[in-house]
Amino acid sequence: MNALTRSAPWRGTAWIMGKLGISGRTLVIAIPMLWLLIFFLAPFFVLGRISLAEAIIARPPYTPLFERGPDGTLEIIASFENYRFLLADALYRNAYLSSIQVALISTIFALLIGYPIAYYIARAPEPKRSILLLMVILPFWTSFLLRVYAWMGFLRSNGVINNTLISLGLIDSPIQMMQTDFAVYIGIVYTYLPFMILPLYANLTKLDGALLEAAGDLGASPMTTFFTITLPLSLPGIVAGSMLVFIPAIGEYVIPALLGGPDTLMIGRVLWDEFFSSRDWPVASAVAIVMLFLVVAPIMWLQSVQNRREES
Amino acid sequence: MRGWFLPLAVLFGFIFLYAPILSLIVFSFNESRLVTVWGGFSTRWYGELLRDRQILNAAWISLKVAFWSATLATIIGTLGAFVLTRFSRFTGRLLLTGMITAPLVMPEVITGLSLLLLFVSMELTLGWPAGRGLTTIVIAHTTFCAAFVAVIAQSRLRQMDESLEEAARDLGAGPVRVFFDVTLPVIMPALVAGWLLAFTLSLDDLVIASFVSGPGASTLPMVIFSKVRLGVSPDVNALATIIIGIVLVAVLIAGWLMRRAMRNPL
Repeated sequence: MNALTRSAPWRGTAWIMGKLGISGRTLVIAIPMLWLLIFFLAPFFVLGRISLAEAIIARPPYTPLFERGPDGTLEIIASFENYRFLLADALYRNAYLSSIQVALISTIFALLIGYPIAYYIARAPEPKRSILLLMVILPFWTSFLLRVYAWMGFLRSNGVINNTLISLGLIDSPIQMMQTDFAVYIGIVYTYLPFMILPLYANLTKLDGALLEAAGDLGASPMTTFFTITLPLSLPGIVAGSMLVFIPAIGEYVIPALLGGPDTLMIGRVLWDEFFSSRDWPVASAVAIVMLFLVVAPIMWLQSVQNRREES
Repeated sequence: MRGWFLPLAVLFGFIFLYAPILSLIVFSFNESRLVTVWGGFSTRWYGELLRDRQILNAAWISLKVAFWSATLATIIGTLGAFVLTRFSRFTGRLLLTGMITAPLVMPEVITGLSLLLLFVSMELTLGWPAGRGLTTIVIAHTTFCAAFVAVIAQSRLRQMDESLEEAARDLGAGPVRVFFDVTLPVIMPALVAGWLLAFTLSLDDLVIASFVSGPGASTLPMVIFSKVRLGVSPDVNALATIIIGIVLVAVLIAGWLMRRAMRNPL
C-alpha cells in the first residue's frame, strides 16, 4: 500500500485533485453516486420523456421532444396520447388487472406452502435448522431460467407428472397443465418461495416460546394457540414475505412466456411484445411508467407500515 | 400445528423445491430424444453440447460479461456501502441510500427498457456507446449487481469493529492507508462472497440482457430462452446440469466464506 501512495501517478493525481479543491472524500462519494445517477436514475427520465413521444418509422423510432418552430424558437412536443391509449384499450387494462390477480393468487399459495416450512425450521434444533435453511436457499441460486424450464418438463402432456399418473392408472389421458394459468402460479410460487420463507423464518425465530407454553398451560388447544398467538405475532413477517413475492411477480415476463398460454395476459409480457414485436417504444415506455407506479405503491405502503410500527 | 401435519407439509414443500431440478438432471443423461421418456443412460447430449458453436460462443460471452460486471459491481457496491456506513453526513445521502437498494425490487423489464432507452439517447447526443453489445450489458448488469454487493458489504462494515480503523488513524495512517491496510482485509471475505453472488446473478440474467444487447452479443440465457421457447430439448438439460453444478459450487464457496467472515469478530 505504501508503494502505491508513494508512486508518481498517485501523487500526481492527489496534487491535481488538491488544486481543483476535490478532497478524497468527495471522490469516494462521487464514484457510486455518479454511476447510479447516470445508469439508474437518469434512465427513468428518459423513459418518462419517450413515453410522451409518438412512434415513427425512423432511427430512433420515436419523435423528438424538442423541435425548431418556423420562427426558430424551440418548441416542446409532448403528448399524453400513449397514456390515453393505455386507459382506453381494454387489452392493457386487463393486462394490469390480471397481473395483479396472478401475483395475488401466487402470493397466497406461496404463503400457504411457505408458512409451515418457515415455522418448522424456526422450531428445529441446530444443526438441523441451518441445514434446512440452506436447502431452502440453494435452489434460489441455481439459474432462474433453468428452474422454470425444469417445470416445462414436469407439466407437459407427456411430462413427468402426466406419465406418472398414467402409469399408476389414475388417469387415462394426460391433463393439460402447460400453457395454463395454473402453470404460471406454480412457476411464480416455485421461483419466489425462498423470498416468502426467509422473512417468515426471521420473524418466527423471534417468537417467545414462553407465550406458547403459557397458552398451553391455560388450556388452549394447539389450534387456538396458533391462531390467537403465533399467527398475529408473525404478521410483520407475513407482510414482508408477501411483498417480496407480490412485487416481482407483477412484472414477471419469463414465467408467463414459458409456462403460460397465449391468453395469459401479464403486463411484463405486454411490455416485452410491445417493444420487441410491435417496436412501439413510446407505448412500451408508457406501459413501464404505469407499471412503475403499480410497483412503487405497495413498497411505499410497506415502508409506512414499518415506520408506524417502529414509532408505536 | 403438531403431529403429522407439519412434517408432511414440510416434506411436500421440499419435494416441490427439488423434484423438478432432480428430474432435469436425471433426464440429461437420457439416451432418448424425448426428454421425459427414459431410453437408457447416455452422455450423448453432453457431447452434442460441446459441438454446438452457438452455445459455446454464448457461454464465453456470458462468462466475460459476468466477470466484468461482478468486478465493477464489487467496486461500486463496496464504495457505496463504505460511504453509507462511514460518512454520516453528506449531500445526497438519502438519494444514494435509495438508489443503491432500489434495483433490488425493480422489475427487470423496466430496468432493461429504461437502460436501453438511455443508451440510445446517449448514442444520439454523445456518440457513446456506439451500438450495443458487451459494454452495454456489462453496464446494465453492474448497476443491478452493485445493489446486491452493497447489501452484503454494508452488513459486514456495520458489524466490523471500528476501533481498529480508529487505532490505525491514531497511529498516523491516512484515510487511504486505513482503507487498504485495515478495512479492506477485514471485509475481504464478504467482498469475495459479493463478487460470486454478482457473478451468478449476471450469468443468470435474461430479461435485462435481451433489452440492452445488440447483434452478435447473445448471452447464454438468451440462447437457452430461444431454444426453450420452442419446447424442451435434451441438450438444454445437459447444459442445465452443468450450470447447476457450477453455480452450486460457487454458492457453497460463497456461503462458506460468508460464515467464516461472520464468525471472525474483527
